[in-house]
Amino acid sequence: MNSIDVKNLHFTYPESKEIIKGINLSVKKGEFLSLVGQNGSGKTTLAKHFNGLLRPSKGKVFILGEDAKNSSIAELSRKVGHLFQNPENQIFEETVFAEIAFGPRNLNLPEKEIEARVDKVLKTTRLSKYRDTHPLSLSGGEKQRLALASVVVMEPQILVLDEPTTGLDLLSIMGILEIVKELHKKNVTVILITHDMGLVSELSERVVVMGNGQIIGDGTPKEIFANDELLERASLEPPQIMKFSKILGLKPEVKVDALYKRIVETL
Amino acid sequence: MIEVKNLHFKYHSQTEEVLTGIDLSIKKGEFVSIIGPSGCGKSTLCLTLNGIIPKTISGEFSGDVIIDGINTKDREISEFSRKVGMILQNPESQLFAMTVEEELAFGPENLAVPREEIEERISWALSIVNMGDKRDEFPGNLSGGQKQRIAIAASLTMKPDILVLDEPTSQLDPVGKREVFSVLKELHEKEKMTIVLVEHRTEPIAELSDRVIVMNKGSIVLEGTPREVFEKVPLLRELGIMVPDISYLTYLLKEGGYVKDIALTVEEGRRLFI
Repeated sequence: MNSIDVKNLHFTYPESKEIIKGINLSVKKGEFLSLVGQNGSGKTTLAKHFNGLLRPSKGKVFILGEDAKNSSIAELSRKVGHLFQNPENQIFEETVFAEIAFGPRNLNLPEKEIEARVDKVLKTTRLSKYRDTHPLSLSGGEKQRLALASVVVMEPQILVLDEPTTGLDLLSIMGILEIVKELHKKNVTVILITHDMGLVSELSERVVVMGNGQIIGDGTPKEIFANDELLERASLEPPQIMKFSKILGLKPEVKVDALYKRIVETL
Repeated sequence: MIEVKNLHFKYHSQTEEVLTGIDLSIKKGEFVSIIGPSGCGKSTLCLTLNGIIPKTISGEFSGDVIIDGINTKDREISEFSRKVGMILQNPESQLFAMTVEEELAFGPENLAVPREEIEERISWALSIVNMGDKRDEFPGNLSGGQKQRIAIAASLTMKPDILVLDEPTSQLDPVGKREVFSVLKELHEKEKMTIVLVEHRTEPIAELSDRVIVMNKGSIVLEGTPREVFEKVPLLRELGIMVPDISYLTYLLKEGGYVKDIALTVEEGRRLFI
């Protein structure tokens, strides 16, 4: 069973142009997929269909094999965790603990289990020492880890990360990615929306390129970044390492280590 | 052009100094990039360059910031806003007028610049940011990159000698980022403007700057040309700074004895192998 199946999806906001113009997409369980494309290409609009924040104007979305139209946002959000760009918009409780406990409390779990779950997530996100701290006194990177903790505590099988690293410095970005990699190892399906082609090459197994409400490319990072015509059409810049491997006339590579090996073998 | 001498600063709300003794001098026409982890003091340093600190944001301030021979302590902030243009992360926070033209006229009108000269300045600024055709547009309708370019143009109509930009592209998509960086390149190369850029992506820094300053915990820990700085890969990694991939690759190759030098751009990398 696939994590996500999108069948002939169309979406139009009321009194607006069509944003999603017929999308078919299947995401396997445990896949790490990056969704890339220019602003306005429809990435976020597509992803909002996965947890029911938006409903199709036409076509169908299946989450873990079930038609999403039969589930409420609350039901879907147990399966699909969604982390947005600006963590402050997702924070509203008085302490870090209460913030993370908010979701599980709404599931009416026993208090003991809530506490166990929250403490476990505090550990994974390295926020244990801030258990009783006011969330707004955390740094930018810590706030984003808190927002991620609040999503992860619901134990979703699918995680959607919508530009989770915008405005963060590298150490904070690495902090977030370590957690995401751990979850991916545990077979959580990850959909990453980002403009950072370095992250895309480093993390994802599959890249889906969107342009003007449609899917215009779908493949491994190597396949996508070697396709100049596609990159041009999507206004994407190929990673430096891809450009350089081509200049050297070597097989395309997207990671520093891989190209280093190839160069050393050739020399 | 800019002299910073033994600068210390502590915000009233904090217990520790955010700047712990900065000495820095920037020449006229130089393009200087500042990089460092969150909380290292780079944004605070920017705010001292036009007198916002200590004039508007007060705290415990000691040392001197001298712009073009004038100490920021001795004059009003309005004088420095003519000399030093300041561009922040989010262009929306700097735009307020109903048309691009009004936006650009606002600054010089307040300085009582004659109408004709305002006109000239607006045309000049719009041509630099490559947006001559958007004069009558409502700024709210523009893309992120276009908004940031208008914020830069608005600052240019004040005819500043120095432009200070604090992560001007962090909220923009790749197209917007490219647009803004190409404007900075033009300002540096053609208009010979002095530019101070705070940025955490090293690729544009390597391409654009004359000098790179690395800050950590309120002080300058490393400075030099992009090549001198980006060679220090292990030290930078410790600070959470990733050099451009091409520099990292050529650093590894240099360590292995395969090439003589590190490359800052893909083009430079090509030359290493010829």
